[in-house]
Amino acid sequence: MEKYSLLSLFRHAGRHHEDWPRAWRDPAPKADYDTVIVGGGGHGLATAYYLASKHGVTDVAVVEKGYLGGGNTGRNTTIVRSNYLRDEAAHLYDFSLTLWEGLSQELNFNVMFSPRGVMSLGHTLQEMRDIERRVNANRLNGIDGEILTTAQVQKRVPLLNCSPKSRYPVMGASWQPRGGIARHDAVAWGFARAADAHGVDILQQTEVTGIRQRNGAVTGVETSRGFIGARRVACVTAGNSGVLARMAGLRLPIESRPLQALVSEPLKPCLDTVVMSNAVHCYISQADKGDLVIGAGADGYNGYGQRGSFRIIEHTLSAVCELFPAFSRVRMNRQWGGIVDICPDACPVIGKTPVEGLYFNCGWGTGGFKATPGSGYVFADTLANERPHPLAEPFALDRFASGALIDEHGAAGVAH
Amino acid sequence: MLLIRCPYCQEMRSEEEFSNAGEAHIVRPPDPAALSDAEWGDYLHFRKNPRGLHREIWVHTAGCRRYFNVLRDTVSYEILEVYPAGVSESDAPGKTTP
Repeated sequence: MEKYSLLSLFRHAGRHHEDWPRAWRDPAPKADYDTVIVGGGGHGLATAYYLASKHGVTDVAVVEKGYLGGGNTGRNTTIVRSNYLRDEAAHLYDFSLTLWEGLSQELNFNVMFSPRGVMSLGHTLQEMRDIERRVNANRLNGIDGEILTTAQVQKRVPLLNCSPKSRYPVMGASWQPRGGIARHDAVAWGFARAADAHGVDILQQTEVTGIRQRNGAVTGVETSRGFIGARRVACVTAGNSGVLARMAGLRLPIESRPLQALVSEPLKPCLDTVVMSNAVHCYISQADKGDLVIGAGADGYNGYGQRGSFRIIEHTLSAVCELFPAFSRVRMNRQWGGIVDICPDACPVIGKTPVEGLYFNCGWGTGGFKATPGSGYVFADTLANERPHPLAEPFALDRFASGALIDEHGAAGVAH
Repeated sequence: MLLIRCPYCQEMRSEEEFSNAGEAHIVRPPDPAALSDAEWGDYLHFRKNPRGLHREIWVHTAGCRRYFNVLRDTVSYEILEVYPAGVSESDAPGKTTP
């Protein structure tokens, strides 16, 4: 792997940038691997990278049916934060946030992580009480958080309608300064390039069509490019986790739904933080190239169509116009949907399945992007040592039998 | 945007009038106390979540407020059958892939 640096930029500039090496190889599949990771999104590539770099497991293939980061990794609103209420989730997401802080240096790839702060508005007395509870819980867990008054909110976000006469007046907000946004494609590419440099084979345009087992243990995957043998198969396929589980004869506590987002035409800088509101349901930030990135809700019913229902968009945009009257004449450029895998407790499932050698990392639902490095780290550790990483242990599949659910609907329900 | 024909009102109405209530034909175990934790957890939380034909419950929230069943394709979103609540899965119209 050629190191990206100012020096390499100068060197290639002298040659008119015509000889940059490919960022990763396009190898033919081998007959078998130690570990096959199904799903070439951020979480799958991060898992491969940490398996190779932290655990020395380099006989790994990442199998992706489309192109890298073409699923939810490239379809989210890129918000990164860790202000979750429950201890288990807070520890996992904050571990991920600390990885984000050094990720560009670690991968030698600029993932454009911008810790510009994340603000969650409160519009009712009850919401303000919930915000106080969550911020206090965060601080006890060592996670930064502040409670802002309406005047402080207005000072930070001048365009926000903080009038007491508005339909849902802003009464205050929670504020996590370490939160922010990142460049989602760069996360997939950065992990792919770094994993490839460690010898991981990335197989794009390779769809898994079956999971082969013998005597209750996994032996490999059937793919559109033939059978690939594996001692361990790790499924990291977000919305299609249920499809993979069905191939292995399993069921999951997951339902798949489209979650929508949209971006506007590029504007001059006007919003330098992330603003989200649970009550009126929207979240908005401004990307570095100027587009407003707006997150909408998930459909109210299961679906695998990557588009979503129009009524959801209508609802979200009415909330955006209420909060930011100045945005009412901004034109929208693109709208899309990603299929999110929602668990009953809005928390992920990480770990073993009843089939030996078959692992799942799924159920991240509406908020998986922020967890990308942490998810990959703990899942790689779980795979390499064949026992749950301490941070992943509470998220095992058996919590749906024991009843030890981690109810994060309050923190995960809206802000993705 | 889905258009759903309520089997009671017999009118084609917009999705906004309806709410989805999840997978249909989940039979409550007759004696929950006799189940293991895993079996009870399976009943409460585990779902088929198919990519394809799905039998699901809808309620006409802004209409007659009654529950009914729908057979819908979760990829094309086409609604193939609509039938009243109380019909058992074996008598339900339409076919699903196993």
